[in-house]
Amino acid sequence: MTSYALFLGCTIPARQPNYELSARKSLSKLGIELVDLANMTCCAPPPVQSIDLETSLAVAAYNICLAEEADLNIITLCSGCFESLAMTNAMLKADEKLKVRINRILSQAGKEFLGNKEVKHFLQVLTDDVGLKRLKQSVSKPLSNIKVAAFYGCHALRPSELLKLDDPERPAILENLIETLGAKSVEYKNKLKCCGGLLRGISDDLALNLAREKLVNTTKAGADCIATLCPFCFVALDLGQLQIRSKFKEEFNMPVLHYSELLSLALGIGPKELALEAHKVKTDKIISKII
Amino acid sequence: MEHETVTSLAFSDVVASRLGGETVTLCYQCGTCASSCPVAKITERFNPREVIKLSLLGEKQEVISGDAIWLCCSCYNCQERCPQKVEIADVIYALRNIALNEGYIPNIYSEFASSLLNDGRIVGISKFVENKRPTLGLPPLQPTGVDALRKILFATGFDKLQKQEETS
Repeated sequence: MTSYALFLGCTIPARQPNYELSARKSLSKLGIELVDLANMTCCAPPPVQSIDLETSLAVAAYNICLAEEADLNIITLCSGCFESLAMTNAMLKADEKLKVRINRILSQAGKEFLGNKEVKHFLQVLTDDVGLKRLKQSVSKPLSNIKVAAFYGCHALRPSELLKLDDPERPAILENLIETLGAKSVEYKNKLKCCGGLLRGISDDLALNLAREKLVNTTKAGADCIATLCPFCFVALDLGQLQIRSKFKEEFNMPVLHYSELLSLALGIGPKELALEAHKVKTDKIISKII
Repeated sequence: MEHETVTSLAFSDVVASRLGGETVTLCYQCGTCASSCPVAKITERFNPREVIKLSLLGEKQEVISGDAIWLCCSCYNCQERCPQKVEIADVIYALRNIALNEGYIPNIYSEFASSLLNDGRIVGISKFVENKRPTLGLPPLQPTGVDALRKILFATGFDKLQKQEETS
């Protein structure tokens, strides 16, 4: 059995039991063991990077140290966590001077970054460890009736030189995973453009403007739902629809599901087990299409 | 902070001496960043090429006191496409770091900073949500390593940034 240290982050346990449950249940069904390590903290995502980059590298490295001590690679569900941890891991592995500088800080907390572990996104574990072939064989309820708009967001893909998840301009990993479940992956305009999530609270107008464009384009493409990989993209597009409704008097009713939720349903996990009530946009219609 | 702002240096050198800012002087103002930027498409308040230009011209006050640097959505499109390999999104982080060091900080970042110091997370988890976990079939949350984290934040001077915000 393959085991990973689960890096849960903040937003998922605070607000999205639907993501956590679907990820835990689907991975367990696919033979991936998740270990919940004590003492992990915030990953130091863009807001912390904005405050102080050196601190963000040290905080991310501290969390990687915990996985190194447990002799486990890390899996992240959130693309923000993935970006900060995978980026820091790659930077410190490649730059000895930077590693020494960060280790000087970590020594205050009794830690040392060694650089002998990997940080993987949920999607990479599915493709690398489970594999599309075995994944396909595990599907008991193919999602053959639904059209899914793959949404990558930004921080699973970029900065690509450090994250190396897929081609930043022409990725395919998510579309392949969607089609493996029997669903149809639909193309839409400006698929790789940002959801605006990080501008929420800074400039809500700009944030909603970017989210709205996704909803317009995925609706035009005839998608039944949007598949996300990141709790911030999920909030921007799901809760964002309620805010767009009150601000712009526009109604989309576009269900937003994490890929892990689609995966769980295709693996035969019942919708009642997945805390779907955490969704702001109702999922009933799409669930009835699947079941 | 390891990097105090050195006033005798040109502002572009100050930026280039910081983590994230190293590549700023490679820019030749082609505008690939601006045409790749989703925010610049919908507002005139932010244009990555302008931010870099002002930094290279030494317009420090305009850059660090304005709201432009806070409107980058950190999507890294510009950085991926820059023909000069300017790490634009990272340069903007460096500019934010400088701005913050000098007391310019949007409220939401103050909240993130104090949550990190107090709870070890930037988004708090309420007792209500934590107590609900077993009923949903989720394992208990592990404790956060907030003591170790604070030692790291003290070592980098992050706690001083915090105090500076509180008094400003």
